[in-house]
Amino acid sequence: MTLLARFSLVAVVACLAQVATAAEEIGDAERGEALFRQCQSCHQIGPDATNRVGPHLNGVFGRTAGSVEGFRYSKAFERAGSKGLEWHIDTLGSFLENPKAIVPGTRMSYRGMADAQDRADLIAYMRDFSASPANIPESDPTARAVSHDLDPAILEIQGDPAYGEYLASECQTCHRVDGQDSGIPSIIAWPEDDFVIAMHAYKTKAREHPVMNMMAGRLSNEEIAALAAYFATLE
Amino acid sequence: MTFNRRAFLGTSAMAAAVLAAPRLYAAAHGGKPKVVVIGGGAGGATAARYIAKDSDGAIDVTLIEPTRTYYTCFFSNLYLGGFKQYDDLGHSYGTLASDYGVNVVHDYAVGVDRDAKTVTLASGDSLPYDRLVLSPGIDFVAGSVAGWDVSAQNAMPHAYKGGSQTQLLKAQLEAMPEGGTFVMVAPPNPYRCPPGPYERVSMVAWYLSQNNPTAKIIIADPKENFSKQGLFEEGWQKHYSGMITRIGPDFGGGNVTVDPAAMTVDIDGEVINADVVNVIPAMKAGHIAAVAGVTDGNWAPVNPGDMTSKMDENIHVLGDASAQGDMPKSGFSANSQAKVAAMSIRGALTGSQVFPAKYSNTCWSLIAENDGVKVGASYEPTEEKIASTGSFVSQTGEDAALREATYQESEGWYSGITADMFG
Ligand SMILES: Cc1cc2nc3c(=O)[nH]c(=O)nc-3n(C[C@H](O)[C@H](O)[C@H](O)COP(=O)(O)OP(=O)(O)OC[C@H]3O[C@@H](n4cnc5c(N)ncnc54)[C@H](O)[C@@H]3O)c2cc1C
Repeated sequence: MTLLARFSLVAVVACLAQVATAAEEIGDAERGEALFRQCQSCHQIGPDATNRVGPHLNGVFGRTAGSVEGFRYSKAFERAGSKGLEWHIDTLGSFLENPKAIVPGTRMSYRGMADAQDRADLIAYMRDFSASPANIPESDPTARAVSHDLDPAILEIQGDPAYGEYLASECQTCHRVDGQDSGIPSIIAWPEDDFVIAMHAYKTKAREHPVMNMMAGRLSNEEIAALAAYFATLE
Repeated sequence: MTFNRRAFLGTSAMAAAVLAAPRLYAAAHGGKPKVVVIGGGAGGATAARYIAKDSDGAIDVTLIEPTRTYYTCFFSNLYLGGFKQYDDLGHSYGTLASDYGVNVVHDYAVGVDRDAKTVTLASGDSLPYDRLVLSPGIDFVAGSVAGWDVSAQNAMPHAYKGGSQTQLLKAQLEAMPEGGTFVMVAPPNPYRCPPGPYERVSMVAWYLSQNNPTAKIIIADPKENFSKQGLFEEGWQKHYSGMITRIGPDFGGGNVTVDPAAMTVDIDGEVINADVVNVIPAMKAGHIAAVAGVTDGNWAPVNPGDMTSKMDENIHVLGDASAQGDMPKSGFSANSQAKVAAMSIRGALTGSQVFPAKYSNTCWSLIAENDGVKVGASYEPTEEKIASTGSFVSQTGEDAALREATYQESEGWYSGITADMFG
């Protein structure tokens, strides 16, 4: 990549990062599914998706560009990733509009999707195949869906922060109380509902992580509520 | 408490907590109740911090630790591999004193009078306690490796206590001649950090593959099997093919004599000239546990619900020194046990609420750059021991992204546990 091109990549991404779009308004996922047909000759998405001509597109939201395991990327893509390009609603939108402007030298032979509504609908469709904030609050915050399947009675439980404080000591072997993240995410000052939803996603293994599945798996609904209540009080 | 009715009725844990009504406390020595903690490592520092923090000054906490800077054993292998600097491993006790009010005494405990409830220090001072916490880590079993004793630890380092030994082993590794031989004498069970010797072999191999690729590593091992064996062996094959030979007990790996003057290792009659010999002897509880009379054999048996010694209800033994059941001897375990003990000590001395004990452990290991694996389990006290209630382990054949994420997680854990120990 020339110096100029590299500079423009950084500049474009920097501008895009300032555009925040509310989740529910991304677009019409059903229309997006129809639009995805143009992508299908190279890209798969969904339960059995694998890398083909292009990488599979599951979990693309929040992912670093050029990072799907086992896919051989162009140099251009590798470089874009190492420069920090990540896929969010904004960067994907710009990339779809004009791929070669965002990743000059990409092997993807697609001219671009001119219509903004088409792009939004396509992205709304793709969004369904990435981690959703409904059960993973800290996932890419582009589609904060309002629905989750947790029993409302569970969300209603008032946790006891004193009990939470004792239980929390177990979390604090890894999660720092000052919220610093050196490889393990901060869990302080979350809205209590988000905390409870995330922990139940681990408890039921809807979300997979061996340590968290083990930790959440043995907590009762009341204990999860107690932890949520305690961690919500930390700053 | 702010339970709604459904939550309250449904909480068996709370019901148990209510049953564990605090006993009334009478200070044995007058004034505020006193806790003395011997050993400022993973168990002791955590216990001191939690007791001081959660009792808000109602308990006097004194921590006795000879060294001013605690160098962690955890991540010391990464230092050997070149992924950490020595300074990254060091932690001071300043915050425990300044922010938590712990009375940190840099001295060595030499005696415990259980009847008078006092601890004697090398300086001659004597400290009274109402509760004593012992977390002295490990010492080595004399004579467990023929030809080796601690006077030989400069020629043949163990590097199995933090600090200068780790630096020495690193220096010896760096000074190895091209194509030289590194021998590890691995310990018998039980010992601190079950994957530790094998993570060390991995990190030594990483260093050598970068700097001295024709060098060889030989492990003499008295054990049939070891922790995360499949994962390590897969990794060694993948990253260091041909460099590492492990001689198990079937081939005499348990029949070892070393000669520190000649720098030779005799493995079942075959004499190897070595450039570096890392002898990790059999282990036992830190000496002060035996001095206090709370050991049975090599370790100090404890009650699974609160880590109190089976010999003395006013003494809690934490971490590597304790014999508690299924938990491995790890920093994570010691930290987990310390929190249970801290809660129970506060309950006994100040009447604060005591909740049912929960324990857990996860040990991460690094096999090569960005190739991290982990093993972990959760535990609960039963009548007889701390028993495992569930476990997991990384799988062979995991993709590189997952292994890298696992390594990143271990970085987060290190930052988390050291903050949890030292504030
Ligand atoms: C190479 C290696 C790698 C490891 N990696 C990991 C890992 O990745 N994860 C993990 O969880 N664990 C790991 N461990 C294990 C971990 O270091 C120990 O299990 C842990 O430190 C045990 O805590 P402890 O409190 O029992 O003892 P220690 O942490 O050893 O602390 C004991 C302290 O007591 C002091 N002391 C001893 N006697 C006296 C006395 N008489 N008076 C006053 N003070 C005294 C000592 O100076 C020492 O500071 C590793 C160990 C090694 C050797």
